[in-house]
Amino acid sequence: MQSPTLLISKELPSLNYSYTPDRFDETWEAPLSILLGLGRAAGADFIEFFLERVNYISCMAEDDAITSISPRLATGAGVRVFRGKADCYVSTNDLSFNGLKAALEKGLSIMGLHLPAPNSFIPEIHLELLRDYATKKGKEAWLGQSSSMREMGDVLLAANGSLSEKANHVQSRRAVYFRDWQEVLVAASDGTFARDIRLTQSVGYSLLCADGTNRSSINKRVGSTSEPDFLRTWNYAIDAEEVAESAAKMLYAEYVESGNYPVIMANEFGGVIFHEACGHLLETTQIERKTTPFAEKKGEKIAHENLTAWDEGITTDAFGTIDMDDEGMPAQRTLLIENGILKNFISDRAGSVRTGHPRTGSGRRQGYTFAAASRMRNTYIAPGEYEIDDLFASIEKGIYCKKMGGGSVGATGQFNFAVDEAYLIENGKVTKPLKGATLIGEATEIMDKISMCSKDLGLAAGFCGSVSGSVYVTVGQPHLKVDSITVGGR
Amino acid sequence: MAKVQDIAAAAQEAAKKLGIEKFDIYGSSIDETSVQVDQGEPQQMKASQRSGVTVRVWNEDHTVGVTSTTDVDPIGLELALKTAKEASYFGVKDNVPDFSPESTAQTAEVKSEHLPQAPVSQLLETLIKAEKELLEAHPAIAGVPYNGLAQRDIDRFYLNSQGALRHEAHSYASLYLYTKTEEEGRKPRSAGAFRVSPGIEKLDVEGCLKEAAEKTISHLNYDKVKTGKYRVVFSPEAFLSLIGAFSNLFNAQSILDKQSLSTVESLGSAIASPLLCLDDNALHPENIGVEAFDGEGTPTRAIPLIKNGVLSNFLHSSGTAKRMNAQPTGHANMGAKVTVSPHFFHVYAGEPAAQEYSLENADNLILIDDVSALHAGVQALQGSFSLPFDGWLIQDGKRTSIESATVAGDIREVLKSIIYVEKETEFTGSGVAPRVWVDELSITGE
Repeated sequence: MQSPTLLISKELPSLNYSYTPDRFDETWEAPLSILLGLGRAAGADFIEFFLERVNYISCMAEDDAITSISPRLATGAGVRVFRGKADCYVSTNDLSFNGLKAALEKGLSIMGLHLPAPNSFIPEIHLELLRDYATKKGKEAWLGQSSSMREMGDVLLAANGSLSEKANHVQSRRAVYFRDWQEVLVAASDGTFARDIRLTQSVGYSLLCADGTNRSSINKRVGSTSEPDFLRTWNYAIDAEEVAESAAKMLYAEYVESGNYPVIMANEFGGVIFHEACGHLLETTQIERKTTPFAEKKGEKIAHENLTAWDEGITTDAFGTIDMDDEGMPAQRTLLIENGILKNFISDRAGSVRTGHPRTGSGRRQGYTFAAASRMRNTYIAPGEYEIDDLFASIEKGIYCKKMGGGSVGATGQFNFAVDEAYLIENGKVTKPLKGATLIGEATEIMDKISMCSKDLGLAAGFCGSVSGSVYVTVGQPHLKVDSITVGGR
Repeated sequence: MAKVQDIAAAAQEAAKKLGIEKFDIYGSSIDETSVQVDQGEPQQMKASQRSGVTVRVWNEDHTVGVTSTTDVDPIGLELALKTAKEASYFGVKDNVPDFSPESTAQTAEVKSEHLPQAPVSQLLETLIKAEKELLEAHPAIAGVPYNGLAQRDIDRFYLNSQGALRHEAHSYASLYLYTKTEEEGRKPRSAGAFRVSPGIEKLDVEGCLKEAAEKTISHLNYDKVKTGKYRVVFSPEAFLSLIGAFSNLFNAQSILDKQSLSTVESLGSAIASPLLCLDDNALHPENIGVEAFDGEGTPTRAIPLIKNGVLSNFLHSSGTAKRMNAQPTGHANMGAKVTVSPHFFHVYAGEPAAQEYSLENADNLILIDDVSALHAGVQALQGSFSLPFDGWLIQDGKRTSIESATVAGDIREVLKSIIYVEKETEFTGSGVAPRVWVDELSITGE
């Protein structure tokens, strides 16, 4: 391998680039250093390469048969070119030196830049020693240690059998699993050179029950990262019981009467309310677009004094946990709100360049076809001082949102999310089941109405779709009370 | 991307090496460029060239396995075939997918335009100008936070080991402009518009920014709406969104999986008002992304789904058609489990309405322009929905924008409660439809 030191542009075609084709190791340093130098010589302020290799497989059992096993293999790369505060992202399937160079050249040309003339010197880019989280943490073996195709099938069939035993009025049963193995390498003109392997898995149920015109559909999903044994240790019997019980209760539920109610939101996936109503609005992407009401509120009170919230990537095995983000920055624990006061935003590199907020190891992307953006990792409201009974006792008539569905937040801070399993609260007690509830509101208003948090923080796996694709996240919270919220129904 | 013939040759060679006699491949390559701007400056520009194939392999026991890959060189194809063969031993034993009986049948002649891509500088110039004009359209319009101009070339192909080989290419360009307003003492409002065409030069930029401006301005004077039951008119876009969210009604695979609001016996039953007709037609002349064959190589065609309120067809893959004694309809997506999905809905009036209605003299009626958060607010297997919407309350023909409300109901009741399907249709990008009037729906406001 030749050193890029004092390399002249016209010498590029004569260099011999030999790097490991099926592994992102140190051998990629020289070609990437040269490409980064080329980009800088062309006049770019900053260049970043993101290389990715994916070995994904999904498996589905329907009733008592495996109906789908779908492997997917992918390799690709993306190059990001910054000039001032503007940037350009080019992706390609071609990981050869010439393929990466072509992508770089395209990115440069989009930014109005061109490769240096043949006699130009290519500046040396000194990359750090490879920060290899994969090797350091023994992740190389993860793929081989994960469940085989046969094991996936066996577990899902057994799980579906368990669900059959516990549920009534079953119309269809599905157990689904996926394993997403991803190797990434990031090299950037600021010297960043880091590699990681991620192993993300998820398994869950989808149950549809029907009795005449009454129908209920309940889903449950659990997820993990960094656990090759995950599927083997899935306690499907407990989940089957929970899903069957929920479906049975919701089968004959009445439609909720729309109106404004105090609500208690359960822990774990109830955290989607904070994810949608506040988390997205603390991403620098939203500041750039001027679509967050919190842009100028750092240091100010934006939530009830009883509310503290975090976004972090370091909780062991949680679904949104990452050792480094997709820009090569180590993950960190970021305090978002402390006792109602806005402390930090969630920032990636571009967000930092364009808004001035410091990076937080939150530059994430679905894969190489997306530029990284500021995205949440494990986001949750911290536990409070109340007992759960205190929350219920404070409500004369309200709604208990036990299981949340998905949600979204619009450009003006309006959010909404569905409730999959809800109950009426009357005089502090949970009474009849309700269906069809949608919670709607405005972020700025709801945050001040989260007045009581219990002690039982629980996390749940989720998927978050945004500008850089779908990424794995954790949502979470303890049981909490919202003093008043609009509930849409019939 | 490698040429289809090269992929076919490499696949044949790899299959022979691996002892695979029966396989098929569906693949595509995409070359796209997009730009976004912010207050007259480029914000992010993107370009992507990528390709991918899905290979299916039948083993000696006649079970099938599938693998997708982005590596379409000979080494990548061989690995994919090998992985698919490994997966095939865990494939389904019942109703095993097979080649479509129509994979070599004549496809329709489609006139899809393939326009050359414009330089990025032209995209930026166009979008910056559109943003500027939108910002100048009204003092309250403070920004266009969501905007994008994109162009895309798509090549797609299907081939199998029995000699089927199909290939088609087309291009399209798209533009979206989504504004946000700021006014003292008022809540921010937003609205947007979208356009698509075969290429940048044919894109209706003026129409898009005009629509975005008009909608935004129309939402400035907003008010809460009282919770209650209202007569509702769905815009073409909103109605197509609802139909799309409940497309399991027509999906043969969903029906066989018991994941549908329909059953095999539903064909021929009245599921909607006789005023309504609905087709799915990939070959519709207004479909920019017209596709002449599906993921199994089956030719696409126009399929009447609802004829004067009566459920008249399902959407099929070759496998569902065989199981339900029907013909494939060209709606299959290749995979370990072949799925079925619609292409391009066409809604139009069926039987003449007893009474025609007009928004000009309507009273106490809600016009829903756009519904959102369908992923969260639709219970597709139960038929119910509860969705936030953008729209207006119309009183004595006068429109007042509605602040933060939801519309809720059951799709089966909505279809049966249609009282008028207007005559004039509108192209929305995902289909063609007129405005559709529904007698009564629940609206949650204040």
